[in-house]
Amino acid sequence: MSAPFEPDILMLLAIGIPFAAAALIPLFHCWPNLRELVTLTAAAALAAVVWCLVGPVLDGVRLERHLMEIVPGFVLAFAIEPLGMLFALVAGSLWLVNSIYSIGYMRANGEPRQTSYYVCFAVALGATMGIAFAKNLVTLFLFYELLTLSTYPLVVHKANEEAIRAGRTYLVLLLGSSMVLLLPAIFATWLLAGTTDFRAGGILPAELSGTLMAALLALYVFGIGKAAVMPLHFWLPAAMVAPTPVSALLHAVAVVKAGVFSILKVIVAVFGVERLASSGAATWLVWVAGFTVITASLIALRQDNLKKRLAYSTVSQLSYVILAAAILTPISVIGAALHIAAHAVAKITLFFCAGAIYTAAHKTEVSELDCIGYRMPWTMAAFAVGALGMIGLPPTAGFLGKWFILSGATQTDQWVPVAVIILSTVLNAGYFLPIVVRAFFPAAELRAHAAGAAVARHTHEAEHGEAPWPMVLALLATAVATLVLFFVPDIPLGLSNAMLVR
Amino acid sequence: MRAIMPHLPALQVVVPLIGALLSALLRRGTTAWALALLVSWTMPLIAASLLLQVLTSGPTSYHLGGWAPPWGIEYRVDLLNAFILLLVSGVAAVMMPFARRSVAAEVDQDKQSWFYSMYLLCLAGLLGITVTGDAFNIFVFLEISSLSTYVLIALGRDRRALVAAYQYLIMGTIGATFYVIGIGLLYLVTGSLNILDIAERLGPAAAQSSRPILAALAFLTVGISLKLALFPLHVWLPNAYAYAPSFATAFLAATATKVAIYVLLRLFFSVFGIAISFEHLPVSEVMLALSVAAMFIASLLAIFEQNVKRMLAYSSLGQIGYITLGISLANEAGLTGGIVHLFNHAVMKAALFLVLGAIVFRIGSVKLADLAGIGRRMPLTMAAFVIAGLAIIGAPGTAGFISKWYLAVGAFQKGWWPLVFLILASSMLAVVYIGRVVEVAWFREPSGLAEKAKDPPLSMLLPVLVLAIATIYFGFDTQASAGIASQAAHALLAGIK
Amino acid sequence: MEVLQRFADHYNYVVTIFLMVAGLYIVIARGNLIKKLVGLSLFQTSVYLLYIEPGKIIGGTAPIIDPAFKVYSNPLPHVLILTAIVVGVATLALGLALVVRIHEAYGTIEEDEIFSREGEE
Repeated sequence: MSAPFEPDILMLLAIGIPFAAAALIPLFHCWPNLRELVTLTAAAALAAVVWCLVGPVLDGVRLERHLMEIVPGFVLAFAIEPLGMLFALVAGSLWLVNSIYSIGYMRANGEPRQTSYYVCFAVALGATMGIAFAKNLVTLFLFYELLTLSTYPLVVHKANEEAIRAGRTYLVLLLGSSMVLLLPAIFATWLLAGTTDFRAGGILPAELSGTLMAALLALYVFGIGKAAVMPLHFWLPAAMVAPTPVSALLHAVAVVKAGVFSILKVIVAVFGVERLASSGAATWLVWVAGFTVITASLIALRQDNLKKRLAYSTVSQLSYVILAAAILTPISVIGAALHIAAHAVAKITLFFCAGAIYTAAHKTEVSELDCIGYRMPWTMAAFAVGALGMIGLPPTAGFLGKWFILSGATQTDQWVPVAVIILSTVLNAGYFLPIVVRAFFPAAELRAHAAGAAVARHTHEAEHGEAPWPMVLALLATAVATLVLFFVPDIPLGLSNAMLVR
Repeated sequence: MRAIMPHLPALQVVVPLIGALLSALLRRGTTAWALALLVSWTMPLIAASLLLQVLTSGPTSYHLGGWAPPWGIEYRVDLLNAFILLLVSGVAAVMMPFARRSVAAEVDQDKQSWFYSMYLLCLAGLLGITVTGDAFNIFVFLEISSLSTYVLIALGRDRRALVAAYQYLIMGTIGATFYVIGIGLLYLVTGSLNILDIAERLGPAAAQSSRPILAALAFLTVGISLKLALFPLHVWLPNAYAYAPSFATAFLAATATKVAIYVLLRLFFSVFGIAISFEHLPVSEVMLALSVAAMFIASLLAIFEQNVKRMLAYSSLGQIGYITLGISLANEAGLTGGIVHLFNHAVMKAALFLVLGAIVFRIGSVKLADLAGIGRRMPLTMAAFVIAGLAIIGAPGTAGFISKWYLAVGAFQKGWWPLVFLILASSMLAVVYIGRVVEVAWFREPSGLAEKAKDPPLSMLLPVLVLAIATIYFGFDTQASAGIASQAAHALLAGIK
Repeated sequence: MEVLQRFADHYNYVVTIFLMVAGLYIVIARGNLIKKLVGLSLFQTSVYLLYIEPGKIIGGTAPIIDPAFKVYSNPLPHVLILTAIVVGVATLALGLALVVRIHEAYGTIEEDEIFSREGEE
C-alpha cells in the first residue's frame, strides 16, 4: 500500500480531519443535506487515512511528531505505534458506518439540534484520534478530557430531566476521576520517571517498590474512569439516555475503548508488562477486573431495558480487556488488544440493532421483543451475530480475543481469570440468547400471533417493518465485519503482535 | 519619541490621571467613553514597551521630580510589575469597547461621564500601585483606586449597591489603614520608605529589633489580605461584585484583587525577604490553610448561589485561594503557579463577567432561573461562558490548567502529596457551579426573559470572544504568561539584589 | 513598677493604641452607619499620631537649615500625614455621601434595619 502522503502528515490529518469537520458543520446549519455531506466526507476521509496508515505501521514504520512544549513536562506530541493504530483503525472506520446510521436515525426520529449533535460527534472523534496517537501521558490526558467534554452534550441531547441528571453523573464521574486520580498519577509518573513518553517496556525507574507501583497502578485504573471498572461504572448505564448512535459509537467504541486503551497503554508502555509481572503489583487488578466482569454480567441479566442491558454487558466486556492486561503475559495482552477490536464491531452491531428496533417499532424493553424477528429479520439476524460475538463463540471475532486471553492465563497457571471467563461466558449466553430466542422462536401461544403478524405485515402497512435503509445497511456492515474479523484477523493480530516489540 | 521613552513609568500614572480629570469635565457619556477608550488603548502600549525594556536591559528606575531615591519617590519597574502593568492595562483595553453600551444601559445618562472618570482614576491608582517603588506612595495609590472603586460600585442600579459600597468602604479603609500602620512601623525601624532601601536596611535591623518588624509584617499582611479578599477577610467582595455595574465588576474582578496580590508578593519577597516572611511567623502555614479553606468554602458557597454574578464573585474568592496557595508554597514552581494564575484568572474572570454584562444588557437579570435556555438564544456569548468556565475548572488545553499544573508541581516538590489532591478536588467544585449554569443555559427550554434574547452587538461580543479565545490561547502558548511568571518568580525568590 | 515605668516612657504609643483600638471597636460594634464612620475617622487619626510622634526629636528645631542649629526634627512624617489626612477626609466625605444615599434609598441608617429590609425583597 503506497501512501500518497508521508505517514506523519497522515497522522496529523487523522487528528485534524474531525476537527475541521466540526468547524465546517455549523456553517451548513441551514442545509441539512450539505451538513451531513460534510460529516460523511470527513468520515470517509478519516477512514481512508487510517487505512493508508495501517500498511506502513505493519511494515514497521514508527514515527513521532513533537508539536510543542506548553510548560515543562507538558509536551504536546503524537506518535504512531501499533496499539494506537489498531484503536484508530477501529474508531475511524466505524465512524463512517456510524455516520450513515446516524443520519437515518436522527431523521427518522426527528431529533432536535442536529447541527450541534454532529459537531460534538466530530470533536469526539478528533479527541479519540488524539488519544490513539498520543505520544505521552499528558497529550493523552488532554484529549481524554476533551472526549469527556465533547460527549457530555451528546448525553444530555434529549434535554429532559432524566438526560440532565444522567449528564451530571457522566461529567462528575468522568471528570472527577480523571482530575483527582489520573492527573496526580501522571504527575507522579513525570516526577519519578522524568518523562511521560510511552515506551514499550515501561519508563518507571527500576528502584520503585512494589507497593508504590501498586498504588500508582490503582490511581491509573480508577483514574481512567472511562474503562468503567467497578465502582466507577455508573456513568455508562446513565449515558444510555443519549441517542442510540451515540451509545453505539461513543459508549460502545470510542469513549469506553479510550478508557481500556489508556489502561492497556499504561500497563504496556508506562509500567512494562515484565516489570509489573515480576513485582506482583497487579495481582489485585485481576480480582477487581474479575469482580467487574461477573457482577456486571449479573446485573445485565436483570435488565429489561435493552440499552441498559447492552451497557452492563459493555462494562463486563471492558473488564475482560483489563483482566487480560492484568494477567501480564504477552499473549494475553495481545488478546486484550484483539478484544478491543472484536468487542467494538460486535457491540456497535448490537446497539445499531437496538436503535433500529426503537426507530421502527418504538420498543426499548427486552420483554416487548417477542416475535420481532419476523418483522425485522435482517436486524435480528445481525443482532444474533453480535450476540455470538459477545458470548465469544466462533465464527465471530469475539472468540479470538477470548482464546488468547485464556491461553495466556492457562500458560501461567492463573486459574482465577480462567474461571471468570468461563463463568461470564455462561452469563453472557444467559442474557443475550433469550433475546434472540424471543425474537425468532416465541412461546407456543405467541407463535400463532406471530404468524398472523407476518401476514399482517403484508396486508396492513401500519405495522412496522425494518428501520430506514441507512440504518439497516450500517448494522449489516458491522455484523459482517464481526464475522470477517474471525476469518481474516491478520490486521488486528499483526498490530497486536507488533505492540510488544521494543 | 526619544524624549518620551525615559518618562514611560510616570506616563503610566499621569495619562489616566489627566484622562480622569478631562472626563469629569465632559457632559456626554459617549465622549467620555471615547476618551477612556483612547487612554485605555494607550496604556498597554506603554506597558508593553516597559516590559520590553525590562526584558532587554533589566529593571529601570525613574526618579519622580528628579529627586534621587531613597529621598525622592522612585518608580521602579522590574519584570514582575512590568508584567502586572501589562496585564492590568491589557485587560482594561480589551474590555473597554464593551463599556459603551453596557454602561449606557446600566448607568444614568448624567452620571456616565463620572463613571468613566472614576474608571480612569481607578486605573491610574492600580497602575500607580504597581509601578511605584515607594511604600507610602503605594498607600496613596491604593486609596485613589479604592475611593474610585467605591464610587463605581455605588453607581449600580440596585440600592443594595450602596450598602455594598459602604461596606467595602469601611473594610477597605481598615485594610488601607492597617497597611499604613505597617509601613509606619517599618519606617520607625528603618527610617526609609523606598522599598529597595527598606529591604537593604532590614537586613541588619532584623536581628536587633525583630518585634516591630514582625508587627509590621502582621499589619501589612492583614491589611493587604483585606484588599485582596483572602478568606475570611472577603465579606465585602460578593455584594460589591454582585451589585456594581457589570462593566465595573468585570474590570475590578480582573484587576483590583490582582494588584493587591502583587503588593503582597512585593512585601513578602522583596521587602521582608523569605527569611522574615516565612520563618519567624507561621505566615506560610496560616496562608496555606486559609487558601485551602477559600478554595473549598468559597466554591461551596458558589454552588448554592442563585445569582450568577454573586456565584462568580464567590468563585473569584476560591480562585484567589489558588493564587495565595502558590505564594504560601514559596518555591519556584508554586510561586510561578500563583503568578500565572493571577494572569490567567484575570483573563478568564473578565470574560465570564463580561458575558454576564452582555446577559444583563439583553435580559436585565442574572438570576440562574432567568437564564434558562439562553444558550440557544445567545449562542456565541454562552459559548464564551463555557470556554472561560472550562478554564476556571482547569480543563487541560485552557489557561486554568497551566496554573494548576504549576501549583501541583510546587506542592509535589514540597512533598505535600495531599495538597495535590486538594487542589484537583477543589476544581471538581468548579465543575459543579459552572456546570449548573451551563446546564440551565443550554439544556432547558428558554423561559420568558431569555426567549427574546439574542447575541449582543459586536462591540460587546468582540471583547467577550477575544477574552474567551485568550483563555484557550494561553493554555497552549505559555511564553507570555508562564514564561514571564517563572522568571519573575525566580527573581522574587532570589531576593531584591 | 517596671511595667508601669515602661508604659510611662512610651505614653505616646499608649495613646495611639488606645485611639486605634477604640476606633476599630466603634466600627465593629456600632450599627449606625454614621457612628461607624466616626469610629473609622478615629482609627485613621490614631495613625497620624503614630507617624508624627517619632518625628519630633527632643531638642530639635524645625528643619530649616541654619548654622545655629545642629539637631532638626524629621519633617517627612508631617508631609506623609498631610497626604494621609487628605485621604482620610476624602474617605469620610465619600462615606457620608453614601450614607445620605442609603438613607434616601432605605429610609434608615441603622445596619440591622437595612439588612432586614433587604431580606424582605
